[in-house]
Amino acid sequence: MSDQNFKVTIDNITVEVPAGTTILNAARQIGGDVTPPAMCYYSKLEGSGGKCRTCLVEVSKGSEKDPRPMPKLVASCRTTVMDGMEVKSITSERVKDARKGVVEMLLINHPLDCPVCDQAGECHLQDLSYEHGTAGTRYEFDRRTFEKEDIGDDIQLHMTRCILCYRCVFTAEQLTGKREHGVLDRGDHAEISTLIGKHLDNEFIGNVIDVCPVGALTDRTFRFKQRVWFTKPVDAHRDCPTCSGKVRLWFRGEEVFRVTARKDKWGEVEEWICNDCRFHKKQASDWVIEGPSKVSRHSVISQNHYRGAVEAQPELVNEIIGKSPKLLFDIHSVSDVNRPEVDLSKIEGPAHKDDFLPNQKLEGQRKLEVGRK
Amino acid sequence: MKLLLENAHIEGIRFYEAYRKHGGYRAVEKALKMTPEEVVEEVKKSGLRGRGGAGFPTGMKWSFLAKPEGVPRHLVCNADESEPGTFKDRYLMEFLPHLLVEGLIVSSFALGSNLTYIYIRGEYAWIVDILEQAITEARNNGWLGKNILGTGFDCEIYVQRGGGAYICGEETALIESLEGKRGNPRIKPPFPAIQGLWMRPTVVNNVETLAAVVPIINMGGEEYAKIGVGRSTGTKLISACGNINKPGVYEITMKESVEEFIYSDEYCGGIPKGKKLKACIPGGSSVPIVPSNLLFRTAKGETRYMNYESLSDGGFATGTMMGSGGFIVLDEDQCVVRHTMTLARFYNHESCGQCSPCREGTGWMYKILKNIEYGKGKMSDIDLLWDIQSKIEGNTICPLGDAAAWPVAAAIRHFRDEFEWHVTHPDEAQVRNFGLAHYADPLPAMA
Repeated sequence: MSDQNFKVTIDNITVEVPAGTTILNAARQIGGDVTPPAMCYYSKLEGSGGKCRTCLVEVSKGSEKDPRPMPKLVASCRTTVMDGMEVKSITSERVKDARKGVVEMLLINHPLDCPVCDQAGECHLQDLSYEHGTAGTRYEFDRRTFEKEDIGDDIQLHMTRCILCYRCVFTAEQLTGKREHGVLDRGDHAEISTLIGKHLDNEFIGNVIDVCPVGALTDRTFRFKQRVWFTKPVDAHRDCPTCSGKVRLWFRGEEVFRVTARKDKWGEVEEWICNDCRFHKKQASDWVIEGPSKVSRHSVISQNHYRGAVEAQPELVNEIIGKSPKLLFDIHSVSDVNRPEVDLSKIEGPAHKDDFLPNQKLEGQRKLEVGRK
Repeated sequence: MKLLLENAHIEGIRFYEAYRKHGGYRAVEKALKMTPEEVVEEVKKSGLRGRGGAGFPTGMKWSFLAKPEGVPRHLVCNADESEPGTFKDRYLMEFLPHLLVEGLIVSSFALGSNLTYIYIRGEYAWIVDILEQAITEARNNGWLGKNILGTGFDCEIYVQRGGGAYICGEETALIESLEGKRGNPRIKPPFPAIQGLWMRPTVVNNVETLAAVVPIINMGGEEYAKIGVGRSTGTKLISACGNINKPGVYEITMKESVEEFIYSDEYCGGIPKGKKLKACIPGGSSVPIVPSNLLFRTAKGETRYMNYESLSDGGFATGTMMGSGGFIVLDEDQCVVRHTMTLARFYNHESCGQCSPCREGTGWMYKILKNIEYGKGKMSDIDLLWDIQSKIEGNTICPLGDAAAWPVAAAIRHFRDEFEWHVTHPDEAQVRNFGLAHYADPLPAMA
């Protein structure tokens, strides 16, 4: 049974996978847009998945033997493929609609404090809502809030941002062998917490920061130090007595701001690292540098790092609703803020700071600097 | 005709002597002379359907139980009766604890379960004592323990109290809770029949279902199947409450019409003070509410009877469900918006918080309904509610999401005018009720 291969068709693309593979993992072999998003599933954590419902897919044909479609949308991360199964992911309107609903539900109690959140830039929820969500929300009520809590010397829990994926609970249970935190209460007032404020104290507990899809668990040695897109990821290793020592360093200039585990293209940790490597080895001299990490070209992390790698595509401009490339964000045709007498759409070429009145204060500063030289 | 509650009013029936004197434990004597397969076959023939709400054929469920060599199997009795409006199991366990124990012994024998559990909701604390006393009496008289009646069959029954969560009535959440974990429903498959309690094959059945096994064995499956109509065989306990003269638990043969059930003196005895019927929830709070004009007659104009098929005739558009038999009657003075809000609050409070549509959606629906009820609603809120419930239904791990979505959907489907009236008359809605839907009297001029 186990060495048998099953053929499964996802969005009209057929792939052959071993029996027992889930639909999600089969879709990951195809890759691209076909792959359902996953907020709670983590291939390295046993028992994870099935909770966030973002990976819902429609099974339009159960299998070769039993071709009946499944009546409900199924969670692709927990449904194993059958031979001859046909799955619809982005080709199904039902799936797209359900996913949009799930994204909206996930966001109604999420604070959307991305501008001050350390996870911004590498946040799975940001990516998810950008790709599958809608621009606005119809939720008009107060969001649930919690106090920030330090659940260890190096980890801070900001429960307000949590989407209850349970990944950290599984990590603590399966990786450290000793579970000290879990979910208290139930429903939309459920919270991740430790028993009576107990601190998480374990050599590998820092990995909960890496598995957190949002900014609920953050590294206290990195909090508010840098935006992730200003730091440059570099692969490095060291001879660590507890873990493999293979990590990713996040540099800005010569300074190491953060150490994380290396993540694969699905945002999952390749190898778990220990707390010592993560929190206490913040000197470049502690590490043997291997070279720049490979990051997705579409990731916000790649921005500004690799000059020339991403060039502006001139043709792209023609696609912007047929407008001339004067202003990419043509919100107001007439500027109320700067010069009301100027019609912005009349200005040729991309908007330039010279099109607007100079900022008096800055201008003065500049003159001073020129004077000094 | 009564099968389960026949002896309920005999003095001392709660105790072993009286129960045995009135024919108790005959089913065990009879069943233990048969083979387990024959007992399952009798239950299959009886056409008994799960009384917990879903109405799944019990015999079929039993035959799905995996029987791997050398792995113990378990029977779990679901006594976590938490559905608002349902209190039939409480009545059964309180007055006839031995009937449940007897049913459990027979079912355990049929399924090969040597360790059987009763998972009872924490609020039924006094019933735990009643059940434990009944179990002790049964053990003292040789009906439980090692080598029952010399057949070599061992069986022990344990009572486990829950912590009072509605979600623990869902079978996989119940199993998790019974194992001592947080009561989160498991993702199916694997179904409990393959991997249930401690990853062993497990059958979870409702109290009433297991009690009904006793008359099935006593009278034979075929005789039992003759009671009732079509695929709704046997008798069903209905716990009637709301605006009726005689609330209580009634045993019906599923041939009664809904009208007869509400108005006859044998059952609910009509609505107090001669008020008119507005709506009814015939199967516990999760099933869709139906207005009076669709309750007595189906959309085709046929009389609606109190059984699985007739109540669900017309699907959710015009019908409802038998559910767990929690029969809630609403008279003309009741406000459907307020009622729906109360239910939404319940589901918001009881959602386990595991999967996102139910966790976030139930709270959202409650907040919107609260706004509408208290005169702060907007017309667009009604469509929004409809959209939210459609995003929850079917997209969750367990049926709690559906159970939270259906009452809201049905209320909007049938009583949309009342919701709209709440939006358009926010102040008036605070002081008076909309009255009878669909044939409402014209609104008096605002004073």
